Amino acid sequence: MSNQPITGKKVIFEKQWIFLDNAVGQLYSTTFEILSGGNLKPHELKDSASPLDAVEAGTDNRNIVDDGKSQKLTRDDIEALKEKGLKGQDIIKKLVDNHATFGDKTEYSQVKYIKKKKKKYENTVMILKPSCRILAMMYHGREPGKICHLRYDTLAQMLTLANIHAGSKVLVFETCAGLVLGSIMERMGGYGSVIQMYPGGGPVRAGVESFGFPAHFHDTLHEFPICHVNALLAGTLDTSAKDPTAENTDEKQLNLAAEKEQNQPEAEEQGTPEEESMETNTGDDAGQDVEKTEKDKLKEAKAQVKKLRLEEKQRRLAATAALLKGRNADGLVIASRFHPCPVLLGLLKFLSPSRPFVVYSQYIEPLVECFKKLRECGGTVNLRLTDTWMRHYQVLPDRTHPLLLMSGGGGYLLSGTTVATDHSKPAGSKQAEEPAPKRQKLEDTEG
Amino acid sequence: MSFVEYSDFIQDGDVAILYLSHNNVMPVKVQQGAQTQTRYGVIRHSTDLIGQRYGSKVTCSKGWFHVLHPTPELWTVALPHRTQILYTTDIAFITMMLELKPGSIVCESGSGSLSHAILRTIAPTGHLHTVEFHQQRAEKVAEEFKEHRVDHLVTVRNQDVCKDGFGVTGVADAVFLDIPSPWDAVGHAKVAMKKHGGRLCSFSPCIEQVQKTCEALQDQGFEDISTTEVLLREHDVRTVSLPLPDFGPDPETTEEATPAAAPNHASITLKTTTLSREMPGHTGYLTFATKPRT
Repeated sequence: MSNQPITGKKVIFEKQWIFLDNAVGQLYSTTFEILSGGNLKPHELKDSASPLDAVEAGTDNRNIVDDGKSQKLTRDDIEALKEKGLKGQDIIKKLVDNHATFGDKTEYSQVKYIKKKKKKYENTVMILKPSCRILAMMYHGREPGKICHLRYDTLAQMLTLANIHAGSKVLVFETCAGLVLGSIMERMGGYGSVIQMYPGGGPVRAGVESFGFPAHFHDTLHEFPICHVNALLAGTLDTSAKDPTAENTDEKQLNLAAEKEQNQPEAEEQGTPEEESMETNTGDDAGQDVEKTEKDKLKEAKAQVKKLRLEEKQRRLAATAALLKGRNADGLVIASRFHPCPVLLGLLKFLSPSRPFVVYSQYIEPLVECFKKLRECGGTVNLRLTDTWMRHYQVLPDRTHPLLLMSGGGGYLLSGTTVATDHSKPAGSKQAEEPAPKRQKLEDTEG
Repeated sequence: MSFVEYSDFIQDGDVAILYLSHNNVMPVKVQQGAQTQTRYGVIRHSTDLIGQRYGSKVTCSKGWFHVLHPTPELWTVALPHRTQILYTTDIAFITMMLELKPGSIVCESGSGSLSHAILRTIAPTGHLHTVEFHQQRAEKVAEEFKEHRVDHLVTVRNQDVCKDGFGVTGVADAVFLDIPSPWDAVGHAKVAMKKHGGRLCSFSPCIEQVQKTCEALQDQGFEDISTTEVLLREHDVRTVSLPLPDFGPDPETTEEATPAAAPNHASITLKTTTLSREMPGHTGYLTFATKPRT
């Protein structure tokens, strides 16, 4: 599975420490052997001497007794072989040679045995180029809690149902470590804009880094704190004034620093030649004064940096607000641990008419509420509450069947399309899109 | 309007989608002076459509509905069926598993609803090479691409992919096969794909086809061969009323509770979901593989 290549660092993967240095410069999808010590070496495919060569096979297992004594090598023996530096393939050959009933197994059983041992003893890793597919599978397999248990086929549905494509303006609200955001960015190819609406202090985007997008993709990414949504919708958001939120203490310090700067321009100018002369002095008093002004200078520099950062943040906020103000976004994607109903109702207002929206929830009930609310409010059509069922198959000659385990659930989606809001007629006047009660009664008695 | 770019207002020559009701969606070619008959009455393009916003309500003699901007998803539901088509659920999964994105070069055999979805995803810098062996269908589909303003992104070739391949060499990031004998096209797919590799998908309704295809993929050196199926379950949201049983007066209730109180709460109403009596149980098996660097 994939990892982020970082030179000079040690990473742990599947309980092994690996240095990725030797991977740098190699092509993606190269398979590496993990040498003892953790360094990587490109793996040479040796097709010679498969462990199955010149081994006979049986026809069935009627005479094979599972007494745990078939393998003559002990665990210590195998450890000794490993320490000797024997390669995975050779260890497997030794296991086969020392297996009392290997020749009695059917051919299929032998192949299965080898496959199992390969997984255990072959020490290789393949480094893959990241993509939405690979990252989504990885997150779902290893860290589903971080992505609200969003299964990758559900993510695939979201991207298509929301008609994510280059050149559009998409609103995203997600708490999936940035996986959903990154996937959307991948499908936009650096064209158009993506606005991440975020709760709390700042947008979470760790997952986006894993995609390895070129730098210019980040120019299309904007963020907007949801605590300002109501003000923006009401037209009362002032993006020119200083930020009234959590930066109050910083603001005070900023103001103080700004004042100080204003009060001291003359002193500063005088200070410079004074400082210079002081620096040439080696007297103690002079030294102390120099320290003081050095400290002040540092404070000022820091305050200046802070001021610039704040101004930049204000500028970005104003720019994003301008993107949102027109209420002409082309798509909305929601996937979070927050109750989807208020999020959806709040953010739908930013969409143009005839544009898609998709809401993901790990649980179905919140989406049922959304569905009902949307019906009441009007302004949307083609509402669908769905989930997908996914099943993998083993395809081998005479051994084709679905895999024994399958994913129990991948979450639910509510999707729909906005339409022009009609203020003259109440939403209820249109014939209900749900089946008439008559049909429903019939079904209930049938069950 | 185009299938790969949004616009706000309906114009002469656009293809618009009339959303009549859930599961009743109709495409219409917008033309100055034209009329279209719907179950709610007649609509006149010049007054009802041209110049109106996409998403607007259109009122007719017998009712009203909305006009929507076309998307590949709506097109899939609305398009005139010429052959069995792929639906959005499979299309979405294929799109992600083939790693399609703006700039991708794709080869496809068996053009139809998937083509529009691919074009939408690879625009503006990608290209689709689609092969259709039925001449009439090839012509019709080329016409549609033009109408939908996506023809600059696609090349239609009328040939047999199993005999003559895709008509390109070493350019494709992804190949999609929706044909009866995909194992005969695997070699051609390999030739069409880039040297540094790419992704392949084959869609087959029958397991025997899948087996043969997997064998061919293995022989041709493809890796990561995997077969999956995806199915959509649609939940109907309902408000139901469940009657409560009457076990007679409760002997433990105090005398304050009047016997007449019982019928007041005769049922509980709740919002819930149900599934349809029947649902699509199978569309086809999706086999994916990676062509390694050659």
